[in-house]
Amino acid sequence: MIMQTIDLEADGLRALNATLHAQKDDTNQTSWEVVNAKGSHAIAVGLDAPIEVTVRGSTGYYCGGMNKQATINVQGSAGPGVGENMMSGTIVVEGDASQYAGATGHGGLLVVKGNASSRCGISMKGIDIVVHGNIGHMSAFMAQSGNLVVCGDAGDALGDSLYEARIFVRGEVKSLGADCIEKEMRPEHLEILRDLLERAGADAKPEEFRRYGSARQLYNFDVDNAGAY
Amino acid sequence: MCGIVGLFLKDKSLEPKLGEMLTEMLVTMTDRGPDSAGIAVYGADAAGQGKLTVQSDDAERDFASLAEDLGTAIDAKVSLYQKDTHAVLVAPADKLDQMRQALRELRGNVRVMSAGDTIEIYKEVGLPKDVAARFEISKMGGSHGIGHTRMATESAVTTMGAHPFSTGPDQCLVHNGSLSNHNSLRRKLRREGIRIETENDTEVGAAYLTWKMQHGSTLGQALESSLEDLDGFFTFVVGTKDGFGVVRDPIACKPAVMAETDQYVAFGTEYRALANLPGIETARVWEPEPATVYFWNH
Repeated sequence: MIMQTIDLEADGLRALNATLHAQKDDTNQTSWEVVNAKGSHAIAVGLDAPIEVTVRGSTGYYCGGMNKQATINVQGSAGPGVGENMMSGTIVVEGDASQYAGATGHGGLLVVKGNASSRCGISMKGIDIVVHGNIGHMSAFMAQSGNLVVCGDAGDALGDSLYEARIFVRGEVKSLGADCIEKEMRPEHLEILRDLLERAGADAKPEEFRRYGSARQLYNFDVDNAGAY
Repeated sequence: MCGIVGLFLKDKSLEPKLGEMLTEMLVTMTDRGPDSAGIAVYGADAAGQGKLTVQSDDAERDFASLAEDLGTAIDAKVSLYQKDTHAVLVAPADKLDQMRQALRELRGNVRVMSAGDTIEIYKEVGLPKDVAARFEISKMGGSHGIGHTRMATESAVTTMGAHPFSTGPDQCLVHNGSLSNHNSLRRKLRREGIRIETENDTEVGAAYLTWKMQHGSTLGQALESSLEDLDGFFTFVVGTKDGFGVVRDPIACKPAVMAETDQYVAFGTEYRALANLPGIETARVWEPEPATVYFWNH
């Protein structure tokens, strides 16, 4: 398999994304690398083919946004909104991720090997996110479904106004947001965790984690809860 | 939007290249702020000498014979070097306040951009690359500097609305974000006797820091209290004679990236601004924490 190389500085962003968008399900050019990323925005967004894209260097806003099927590896850190609204496929960030990583994601797996900043997994809708390090404040705000796994610590207001996403944290949680509570870890949760940790290459045991979820007190308006909104 | 860049050199051999490095960083932030740009450069400290950087919309008329007129007024040698719409006035440091007063009387239209021992602030309306070229920023050396590209949201696109804002001798402030309580705070500060010239939100932020420091706060304490008293979104970078400081509001939705090597500490609103710095591949790169004041000093 020959790796195709695209030089972002020489070829430009439109050429990069148009070339990657042109790949169909049956493409035989399945291996791509992007060089001279230099923090550029919107690298490899909107892909929809079973291809592998390796980005050399750090990326700017929205790398891998809306991804379907593709496997994207960022060999650096990712700017705000990495994997935003991704549908399927895998994104692995070798460094850190900036704010709102995986926001509104519907599916697929986002792995951050360093730390993720604030609002990680905000409004996630089915994506699985595994962070090897810590996450910042307001993570999983209004998260609807999917799993957020944090091997390190979580910042303030974790899972505020949470719907049905599951949150697993191994370290400390600075504070829980409104309507987010610790829940019992049952065998099926340990199975989900084991699978995600393995797929994310995280060296952690499912038993070391705590599970957090919605207390479901904010789903319907109750005047006694007015202060919590 | 808006873009901020900052560079604090630890390695003295890079000092002659400060302006060149800052200019390149500034230009990468053009699409975050194409309407105006400004830069504060901290140069060499000349013993006993201080300087005012001033601006005029009619530079030819206002700057002609200005050095002589000021020299006569304050009874000291004043030198002037002009760069486009700006000029730097150098005089004995202990006569700087007197010179500022004389300037107000002699040339009411001339605005003071900065005052101090080493700081020079240049700012104008226009694309960052054009603003940097007009003032030949890339030829300037120095120990540290801060730049800003503005996308106006709270007030008009004017020279005085551009950043950095002077907050005191050898101090300046740049801002990414928008303050929402600047009108009430402006009224309060004016009642306290603080001079505020524009309807700009950041100028109120700068005036707030000045006011706090006039009442005994250090810059660090003033930044700490800004977290309580300023409402809105902000990433602030402040320049001081010795270095620079960074603070983000508690929500921290305005982006900020730092990089540190043995040679420098750098700030960028985005990583793009840092991508061409020497040794960036192996630098420690991180995001400053919300509601936390950071300082780097020589």
